[in-house]
Amino acid sequence: MSATTVGTTPTLRQRIAMRQDRIVAFLMLLPSIILLAIFVYGFIGRTGAASLTDWQGLSTDPEMNYVGLQNYTQLFTGPVELRFRQGLVNTFFFTIFFLAGCLVMGIFLAILLDQNIKGEGIFRTIFLFPMALSFIVTGTVWRWLFNPSGGLNQLPTVFGLPPWSFRWLTSREQVLQFNWQHLPMMIAIVIFLVVAFLGYRYWRRGQRRGLTISGIVGALLLIWIVAGGPLQIQTLPYPEMHGFNVAFIGIILASTWQLSGYTMAMYLAGLRGIPEELREAARVDGANEMQVYRYIILPLLRPITLSAMIILGHISLKIFDLIFAMAGADNMTTDVPGILMYLTAFRANQFALGAAIAIVMLIMVAFVIVPYLYTTLRSEVEL
Amino acid sequence: MTIAGQTIKLRRVIIYAVLIFLAVFYLLPVYMVLITAFKNPADIALQTVWQPPDPVDVEGFVTAIQEFLPNLRNSFALVIPATILSALLGSLNGYVLSKWKFPGANIVFPLMLFGMFIPYQSILIPLFQFMNSIGLYGGIPGLIVTHVVYGLPITTLIFRNDYAEVPTEMVEAGKIDGAGFFGVYRHIMFPISLPGFVVVIIWQFTQIWNEFLFAVTLTSTASQPITVKLSQLAGGEAVKWNMPMAGALLAAVPTLIVYILLGKYFIRGLLAGSVKG
Repeated sequence: MSATTVGTTPTLRQRIAMRQDRIVAFLMLLPSIILLAIFVYGFIGRTGAASLTDWQGLSTDPEMNYVGLQNYTQLFTGPVELRFRQGLVNTFFFTIFFLAGCLVMGIFLAILLDQNIKGEGIFRTIFLFPMALSFIVTGTVWRWLFNPSGGLNQLPTVFGLPPWSFRWLTSREQVLQFNWQHLPMMIAIVIFLVVAFLGYRYWRRGQRRGLTISGIVGALLLIWIVAGGPLQIQTLPYPEMHGFNVAFIGIILASTWQLSGYTMAMYLAGLRGIPEELREAARVDGANEMQVYRYIILPLLRPITLSAMIILGHISLKIFDLIFAMAGADNMTTDVPGILMYLTAFRANQFALGAAIAIVMLIMVAFVIVPYLYTTLRSEVEL
Repeated sequence: MTIAGQTIKLRRVIIYAVLIFLAVFYLLPVYMVLITAFKNPADIALQTVWQPPDPVDVEGFVTAIQEFLPNLRNSFALVIPATILSALLGSLNGYVLSKWKFPGANIVFPLMLFGMFIPYQSILIPLFQFMNSIGLYGGIPGLIVTHVVYGLPITTLIFRNDYAEVPTEMVEAGKIDGAGFFGVYRHIMFPISLPGFVVVIIWQFTQIWNEFLFAVTLTSTASQPITVKLSQLAGGEAVKWNMPMAGALLAAVPTLIVYILLGKYFIRGLLAGSVKG
């Protein structure tokens, strides 16, 4: 095609051909759309429908009766499903510590590597290689490293020191305990704090409408909380303690080992995108290296932190294979919804209950991902 | 040398010391895998886990290879077709979504993308039923179909972002010159797609090779990929640990080779996963 044709207007025949091509283009995409419509949305719909039934057992023509939200109420307030609730609590703590670990290690490694390091490529390769491994490989290897009387616990003996005796994956200890009955109260307080924070921000920016709305919502919440309203929500007829299982420390360590390279790569890409003149200008203004990072670079990396939190957060909410391989599927202390769903549906054949767990997982992930996709793609359209 | 010069030098020494310490820490598991995999099972004692094998025992490793060979073969039989198919489909989809936008494309695309973030547990039961009903449960073809379908969002995304950078004038000129949908693809888009294909192929290869949930749910003993076999081997407590370590090594080597040779493209795929690309 030559440049001269660019300016000419297409003839009628060409326009017809182009319209036909538009149809061809759409038809080429259509199979993928249909496949994803069925395999993603159709299947989610079926899982959702199954979660409202009492379906269990392996029969080819299973008897299913509609039971409403019974499976869900059982999961959150039923005496038998203690394991699910501990799994949720485990996921919560795991997510927080895993995210913190990856972000701190990631930014630390990235800043170190940003100092004109000789052999930077080698260091980068070393910090990032665990990303290429399967969670199953990582789990298998770290399971061996966390052997109570071998592995890491024996490492001090290499330097002539006595071995450690920490029971990494088999510890039954639990810290930061709370009563499941108090959960509605805790959630109410968290929501109140978020609303209060938003209100403060509206006030600072002088947005009166936002301030009014958050003020009213916050006041109503506060009255409800002070009146003890959230405590009236019946969860369990008896106190049930949950907390952070110490056995998760090892899992957090292994998963941080595997994924901190990812945050490092993201931060490093971000650091390389910051023009040198900006740092130079700050230095000329008398800022030392620490201040350059504190006031110039870290604020510029904030969007990367947000992306990393969302990507890693949705990984940790779905976590399954790593714990499966490391601590075993039947280890109750290290249970997470991903594993419990698999066991409930495919080992115990309680498909309806498994489906309900799966839907809870989906809702958790959607809370993180949907706003992210929405804002990311919207800003892309604006460009 | 001035004091300032010395502080700068000291600072660099500390930075390198920290980097080397961290590098050693990141490589510890690798060292552990290698020494354990090449130990004679009789020599594996918890008190001496950190000592290198003496003598190096290749026999155990050869036994491991034999044990894992069928699963390695399954993994390759799964990964190669699934990767190629999803790369080709992703390329076509990305082309349509970047250069042949249709009304509603801005709604369809995010809906497609959402599919790569969902916890696969939420589609696992219907998927299992579906594979059962069409007779693909328990075999590799069913797993290939699964990975191609759930790989569509990410492969489409990567190609779409790549193709978005091709100037629209070039495509328009091609259209006016009478090159149709396929003509433009063949003569303009495909020839510049090589980097995109490398990124997508590496990404899908690694993802599918490493995947576990679909593999453990949809395969039977004969068709298990290596991840499933490895998870079973490491499960038993009374296990001879040279075996799982050798298995871990075998399961890790293919993706590690790809990573070390084509790391640049691997990182691009990694960053593309955070949507912005």
